[in-house]
Amino acid sequence: MASQVHSTMKRIMPQLIILIAVLFLNFLVFPDFFRIEFQNGRLFGNLIDVLNRGAPTALLCIGMTLVIATKGIDLSVGAVMAIAGATAASIVVDGHSWQTALLGALAVGALCGFWNGFLVAYLRIQPIVATLVLMVAGRGIAQLITEGTILTFLNPGLIHLGAGTMVGVPTPIVIWVLLGLIVTAVVRKTALGMLIEAIGINESSSRLAGINSRVLIVCVYLISGFCAALAGVIVAADIKGADANNAGLWLELDAILAVVIGGNSLLGGRFSILASLLGALIIQSVNSVILLSGLPPEFNLVIKALLIIAILVIQSPTVKHALYILRASAEPTPPAPAPVQEVKEGTQ
Amino acid sequence: MIRSTHLPLLITIATFILAYTLCASQYPAMLSTRVVANLLTDNAFLGIAAVGMTFVILSGGIDLSVGSVIAFTGVFLAVIMRDTSIHPLAAFALVLAVTIAFGAAMGAMIHYLEMPPFIVTLAGMFLARGAAYVLSTDSVPIAHEFYDTLQSLYWKAPGGGRFRLTGIIMLLTFLTGIIVAHRTKFGQNVYAVGGGLPTARLMGVPLAQTTIGIYATSGGLAGLAGIVFSLYTSAGYSLATVGVELDAIAAVVIGGTLLTGGTGFVAGTFFGILIMGLIQTFIVFDGTLSSWWTKIVIGGLLFGFILLQKGLTWATTLRRKPATEFAAQS
Repeated sequence: MASQVHSTMKRIMPQLIILIAVLFLNFLVFPDFFRIEFQNGRLFGNLIDVLNRGAPTALLCIGMTLVIATKGIDLSVGAVMAIAGATAASIVVDGHSWQTALLGALAVGALCGFWNGFLVAYLRIQPIVATLVLMVAGRGIAQLITEGTILTFLNPGLIHLGAGTMVGVPTPIVIWVLLGLIVTAVVRKTALGMLIEAIGINESSSRLAGINSRVLIVCVYLISGFCAALAGVIVAADIKGADANNAGLWLELDAILAVVIGGNSLLGGRFSILASLLGALIIQSVNSVILLSGLPPEFNLVIKALLIIAILVIQSPTVKHALYILRASAEPTPPAPAPVQEVKEGTQ
Repeated sequence: MIRSTHLPLLITIATFILAYTLCASQYPAMLSTRVVANLLTDNAFLGIAAVGMTFVILSGGIDLSVGSVIAFTGVFLAVIMRDTSIHPLAAFALVLAVTIAFGAAMGAMIHYLEMPPFIVTLAGMFLARGAAYVLSTDSVPIAHEFYDTLQSLYWKAPGGGRFRLTGIIMLLTFLTGIIVAHRTKFGQNVYAVGGGLPTARLMGVPLAQTTIGIYATSGGLAGLAGIVFSLYTSAGYSLATVGVELDAIAAVVIGGTLLTGGTGFVAGTFFGILIMGLIQTFIVFDGTLSSWWTKIVIGGLLFGFILLQKGLTWATTLRRKPATEFAAQS
């Protein structure tokens, strides 16, 4: 158990250091950053804001991590968010309860995920192309559901999902933390996580080893669609309306970025949902530092892009390799040569 | 005998002709030279960007920064012409140099840092869009007599269609693209890289030079597309052309190029652009269909073409190696 905690800490250390550094930057530009208050039965504070605003990206990157671990990618999550939000809104506008709306939206999200998974696993279409179809068509479908308008609603139950609190904590935070814990527990306490990694490393050999890779691939896309639907409902509930054009726009890119910042390889294989979630928090903290610094908003994207490029360069294979060589040559007796070490890491 | 690699291209062309015939049978006015000329003018910037995208995708990569670079080019031109008395031609040269350097820098990061193109060009997309915001968040109009001269250059065809300069630039770009892809060393290298990086390395393809060249080409063509777009709208706006990269990718895929790289034609992309333009024209002609049907139909078309390619690949592999059924599956 202790060794497990130790190896997890070692895995997420770079992300943790980057997150602490970015949070410290926040503290520098805004000294009250870490102050958390309890008012009107709810927690307030900038840190809570980071956790709350990061909810959609965090939810998306739970599913995205699993998809990327199978050497796939899901470009459609933003569009699925729009579809799910539109579905939930249209169901409550028709006078049904918020439970029906939530279930309906989640079912539609899972269906979208199933469609993606079917294209990838059974029709053997490249993931990036297969999910591009829904990414392009998805917003059209969402507009079809809302009939081109921004569908607003006043159902308190549904709004609670995006803007309410549970025991003082904003509901979106509760949802993404819980879902993250559940999915992590399911993939790590069973062999599922290892099987998913096996598919990502080499699908043919995993199938020869007896893994039902097709069903598993459909499952990971289904989970991704489910997470996207949940994120879509939260975003719609937050603004009390479903905006088919802008809900979740470009969030798929943020989610993929979070997974990559989390140190997961886009080529599949070993993954860590915890590290991805830290990646999502890093992105949200970067957004927060730009806002709090009071710089003109025009600079937001440039600063974000530069910070992301810096993080990615630090994590790139070439720089990692150079650092490894540097460390090895600094030691009096260098251990095994680098390529052997890489192979060992891959098979651990 | 028709080679199976040519089949997707032929099917794209056949789809276009079929779609056009169907449209024209319903609305005979769609045969007029006006519609044809507008099809070229309205899609000129998208077509030019799609040529660059074709090269990137042929090499097995992807360039998500295209739309942002187009917007950046437009804003850059508008701001520089508002604040200085520089001649538009000099501004064009300047902005092309900037966008080519931008693309080359992304290519260098992809090659030397071994980072996936998807992530590098994603960061490039944020950076270019951000740079456009920094230059100006307002829509900046361009008023220069040289622009008026360029915009008034057209050849009036019988029937009233005006073939404008921008449409001609797109056609020339496609011609150059076809020649570069099939008749030059660089083009062969692009196909080789797309066929497989290790193989290309063993063949002696200069990988660094080719990768940087591909992304520089894409960046430069996005810059050219930006110039054409600023001629088209006479303004520069940092929120313009969001998501154009997706349209360009869709056009390339509909044109029969495989996203895995190594297979495809620049000419296919041309017909991909025309098909997408045709759908939009048809919706305008019809008048009762809502604009979101464009997205759904393009998504459906994408799916159709992907299935078609899948079927073709499957059929040809099956015919060639009947013994290795498992390899065909994976």
